[in-house]
Amino acid sequence: MMKIYDYELSVNCYKQRLLLGILGVPYESIPVDFFPGWEHKGEAFAEINPLGHIPVIDDDGYILRDAQAILVYLALRYDPSGLWYPVTDPRVAGEVASWMAFAEGTTNTASAARLHDTLGYPFDIDTVRAGAQKLFRVLDDHVWFHEQQERPWVASAPHPTIADLALFPDVMLSEQGGISLLDYPALRRWTDRVKHIPGFTVMSGIFPAPAGAAPAGAAPGGATVGRPR
Amino acid sequence: MAVSDTATMGTPSCTDPVALHEWYPISALVEITPGLVHRTQLLGGAISYTRTPGGSRPVVWPSGGEASGAEVDGLAVDHQLPVRVKFGYVWTTLGRPEHELFDIAECDEADRRIQNGGSIMVATSAPRAIENFLDMGHFPYVHTGILGAEPRTEVLEYDVEVTDEEILATRCLFFQPQAALSASDGQMTEYVYRVPHPYCVMLYKSVPTDASRMDVIALFCQPMTEERVRAHNFLCMVDAVNSDTALKRFQQLIFGQDKPILENQSPRRLPLDPRAETPIRADKSSISYRRWLSAKGLTYAVIPATAPSPTPAPTPAPTRSS
Repeated sequence: MMKIYDYELSVNCYKQRLLLGILGVPYESIPVDFFPGWEHKGEAFAEINPLGHIPVIDDDGYILRDAQAILVYLALRYDPSGLWYPVTDPRVAGEVASWMAFAEGTTNTASAARLHDTLGYPFDIDTVRAGAQKLFRVLDDHVWFHEQQERPWVASAPHPTIADLALFPDVMLSEQGGISLLDYPALRRWTDRVKHIPGFTVMSGIFPAPAGAAPAGAAPGGATVGRPR
Repeated sequence: MAVSDTATMGTPSCTDPVALHEWYPISALVEITPGLVHRTQLLGGAISYTRTPGGSRPVVWPSGGEASGAEVDGLAVDHQLPVRVKFGYVWTTLGRPEHELFDIAECDEADRRIQNGGSIMVATSAPRAIENFLDMGHFPYVHTGILGAEPRTEVLEYDVEVTDEEILATRCLFFQPQAALSASDGQMTEYVYRVPHPYCVMLYKSVPTDASRMDVIALFCQPMTEERVRAHNFLCMVDAVNSDTALKRFQQLIFGQDKPILENQSPRRLPLDPRAETPIRADKSSISYRRWLSAKGLTYAVIPATAPSPTPAPTPAPTRSS
C-alpha cells in the first residue's frame, strides 16, 4: 500500500491526503515527529529524503519527495479521468504548472508565517507576512477575474486541478500566521468551493463547509472528477 | 527573531503580584540544546534559557542582547532566575512563590509514557485556553468523530469541588467515538478535570484498554503576554502499543482543532465578571474557574470584574433535570 511520511499539521502533507481522499486511493500514514522531535532533520530520515523535508511517498518501493511533485505523480498515476492534471491541453497544463510553482511561494511566506507564530520558527515575521500578502493579492485578483469569466478554479479548466489543492491549505490556514483573509474576498469564495469538492477531507485547523447548498461552480466539475470507481 | 520578541527586552510588563509570584513552564527540558541560547517570552518580558555544558542543569535569565542560537556558558550567566524541573519541563518564576509546584501522582508509575506532546503558540490568553480545555460541550462540534459526535452532544451533570489549592470536576461523562489512539470503538468516557494552578489544567480519562486506570493529559500554559500563550501539551499515558510519535500526533491533531476556535474568541482575555458571558450547564467548571481566579485576585490575562455584583452571582449550574 502507498505510504506517506506524514505530519498532521503540515500543509504539504495535507495536500497529499486531500488528493488521495478525493481519488479514493487507500494509503498508510507513517507519522514523522516533525515537531517537537525534528525527526525529518535526523540522520535516519536523511536516508529517505536528504533534503530533510516531508512529505515523501513510498508507492510500492517508488520513493518521491516534494509536495507539488507528488501531486503530479498521484494525479497521473491514480486519476483515470485525467482531469486533475490535464496534460492533454497544453495551455491548461502550463497554467497548472505555473500555479504549482506559485504554491512554493505561498509555502515560503504564508506557511512560514504560520510556523513562526505557532511553532516558533525563527523567520523574519514582517518579511514573510508581507510576501504572503503580495502573493495573495495576485491570487485574489486572478480568482476574481476568473469568476467574471465563470471559471471557478485557478486554472482555466471547468473543473478543479491539483493547482487548486496545492494552493488551498496555505490560504486556508493563513490566519494562523497573522494574515487575515478579510482582504481577499475572492479567495474566501474559492476556498469554499474547494471544500465542496466530493471526497474533500479536513486537517486540524480546517473545518468542513457548513451543510447546505454547494456554491456555484463546485458540483458539476467536481462531482465527476477523479472518482474512478 | 521576531521584532515583537525583542521589543520588550528583559522587563516584564506584568505588575500583577498573583501572576508574578507563580511558577511557569518555559520549555521541555529535552528540547533545550546545551550551550546555546533559546529565547521566549514570559509575562510580557523576554527571557533566555540554556542548559549547562553536558546538559545537566537548565539556566534561565532575563534576556539581554544575546541572540537566539548564540553560544553561551550557562555557568557564567548573572542574574539567574529560580528554576524547577518537573514533568519533563523547565519552570521558572519572575517573582518569589511561597509555594512549590503541584504534583501528578501518576507520573511515578513505571509504565507511564511521559512526554511533551508539543509546545504550541496560540493567539489567546492562558485562561481562555484553560477554559476551553475544561469544556466538554465543544467535543462533537470541534473534535467531530473523535472526542464527540452528533447527535450525542449532551453534557451530563457533574460535580465540582473548589478549594484554595485547586478545582476538581468529577463524574464527567461523555460519549466519544475515538476517546484515545488506543480506542477501537465508541464509548462513554469518564473524565476528571483538575486545575491546580491559574494557568495549568489536566484531565484524567479512563484508559480504553484498562478501565481501572486513567490517562493524564495536561495543558501547561506559559503566558507570553496577556493575549498570547505557549501551550505545553503534557502526556502521561498508559499505552503499550502506539509509538511516542503516534501519541504526539493524536494530541496535536486535537489541539490543532482547538487552536482556530481559541484564536477567534473575543475578547482574548477572560472576563471574570459573572454578567459578562452567559453560562450554560456545560460551563459549571468554567464558572468555578472564573470565580476561583477572582478570589485569588488575579488580574493578568483576564478582564477583572469591575464592581461587586448587585445581586448574588448565579448558581453554577442547574441540577440535572432528566
